[in-house]
Amino acid sequence: MDTLLHLLKQNARLSNNELASILDVTAEEVADQIKEYERTGIINGYSAIIDEEAADQDSVTAFIELKVTPQPNFGFDDIASTIMQFDEVDSVYLLSGEYDLSVTISGRNLRDIALFVAQRLAPLSGVLATSTHFVLRRYKERGIFLMKEDTDERGLISL
Amino acid sequence: MIDYDKLIANNAYDIQPSGIRRFFDMASAIEGTISLAIGEPDFKTPWSVRKAAIRTLEKGKTSYTANSGLIGLRESICKYMHNRIGVQYNPENETLVTVGGSEAIDLAIRALINPGDEVLIPEPSFVCYSPIVTLTGGVPVPVKTLHEDKFRLTADSLKAKITPKTKMLVLPYPNNPTGAIMKRPHLEEIAKCLRDTNIIILSDELYSELTYSDKHVSIVEIDNMRERTILINGFSKNYAMTGWRLGFAVGPAPIIKQMLKIHQYAIMSSPTVSQYAAIDALENCDADIEYMRKEYNIRRKYLVSSFNRIGLDCFEPEGAFYVFPSIKGTGLSSNDFCERLLKSQKVAVVPGNAFGESGEGYVRVSYAYSLNHLKTAIERIECFLKELEG
Repeated sequence: MDTLLHLLKQNARLSNNELASILDVTAEEVADQIKEYERTGIINGYSAIIDEEAADQDSVTAFIELKVTPQPNFGFDDIASTIMQFDEVDSVYLLSGEYDLSVTISGRNLRDIALFVAQRLAPLSGVLATSTHFVLRRYKERGIFLMKEDTDERGLISL
Repeated sequence: MIDYDKLIANNAYDIQPSGIRRFFDMASAIEGTISLAIGEPDFKTPWSVRKAAIRTLEKGKTSYTANSGLIGLRESICKYMHNRIGVQYNPENETLVTVGGSEAIDLAIRALINPGDEVLIPEPSFVCYSPIVTLTGGVPVPVKTLHEDKFRLTADSLKAKITPKTKMLVLPYPNNPTGAIMKRPHLEEIAKCLRDTNIIILSDELYSELTYSDKHVSIVEIDNMRERTILINGFSKNYAMTGWRLGFAVGPAPIIKQMLKIHQYAIMSSPTVSQYAAIDALENCDADIEYMRKEYNIRRKYLVSSFNRIGLDCFEPEGAFYVFPSIKGTGLSSNDFCERLLKSQKVAVVPGNAFGESGEGYVRVSYAYSLNHLKTAIERIECFLKELEG
């Protein structure tokens, strides 16, 4: 991966000046390159990684495995594009293996999610079966440790 | 009552504890301190090396090895040295596996230094050379290196310190704490000063894989230098294997033979599991080294430009994982700067004078930390500088 993308993935809040000094280019060149990535859809957005529990927000996340019947001519794309329209849905992936789609959704409580699965997902034509897994605890999110017990174990040594 | 102070051997008693130690004690007493002080990689040892160690344990290979180390490892070391610097060593009698580079330094000095012998030590540098020389009754002779020379050892400053008693020159590059490196022309100059002498070089190359402009050059690559050089390297820095305690020395057989004698009485043999794992490191981990070097380089560039931006003059170091910014502009001594920064903004950096008097006016900042960690630290240091102005 390009070093600029690698850096933004680590910390999207590095300033253009900081990025420029690391990459040995000018801040303008960094700005242009980022714009180019945004234009071509290589960069699709920026968001904070939030520890919802610590932020004391009522939020429940679930992973839902879906078995679906592929549609003639459209395969899985048709049903995936229907599912991704729901605001509650954070991510939709097509997977290899025992089931077909993996859908991540978040809601305020278990009931929200139960209702969503029962009333929105399960009735969609083509959905054969669903299996819902609630997230109990997050340890790591997009490369960042959410458990703060990750202490520096290096000994204080004289060198 | 026993008066222990009177029992301790004079040479041991007179050694000063490292200035870094004192500072660490202070830093660890303050809650919420973020450190830029640690001189070891933040990366974990490459997974394949860890796996090799686990396999070794599963197979029950838990006995001592040959005193000088597993022959398989010594062969790998020689292959690696040849591959990196193009110089051949014999695994049978020119290679010794040690408990970290530190033991190799200790052995080399003890094997060569008689009371009264002078040992030239470029400063600022790693803290162990001078106390070990003192323990043998030798005389450490600091050779000051300067900011304007990018902290390289120059021929002139070296020549000025050579006397009939000079026995050894320590050549610690890439350098801790300055990050300085010696390129081929600089080494040629040093070689010129030594060619007609009997001075032995102790070349401490522990950071050899961590150079960011050119590939590391060893003094043994220069004509006539192999025969007078004990080259010390190891796994701690290059392979992120500090806790495995494994290093090595290669050099002329008559010297290695004497070092081996001390090693066999003091240590017997280096840790067996570490030795098996180290073979994997040498043979399979070039990509891991490359990955770590790239990450360090990103951080290095970030720190150099950040320090210069916030007003601490910082030369661009080309090796190791330290930057060595000047704090002279603040009017504070290195110790005062570090203590006040610690108390005010809870950032720990090491005073430059912990590495010898010529480090006064500088601080050592390690970039063996994540970029995000460094960014937070720089923000705090910037606040501290504003406070000083304010």
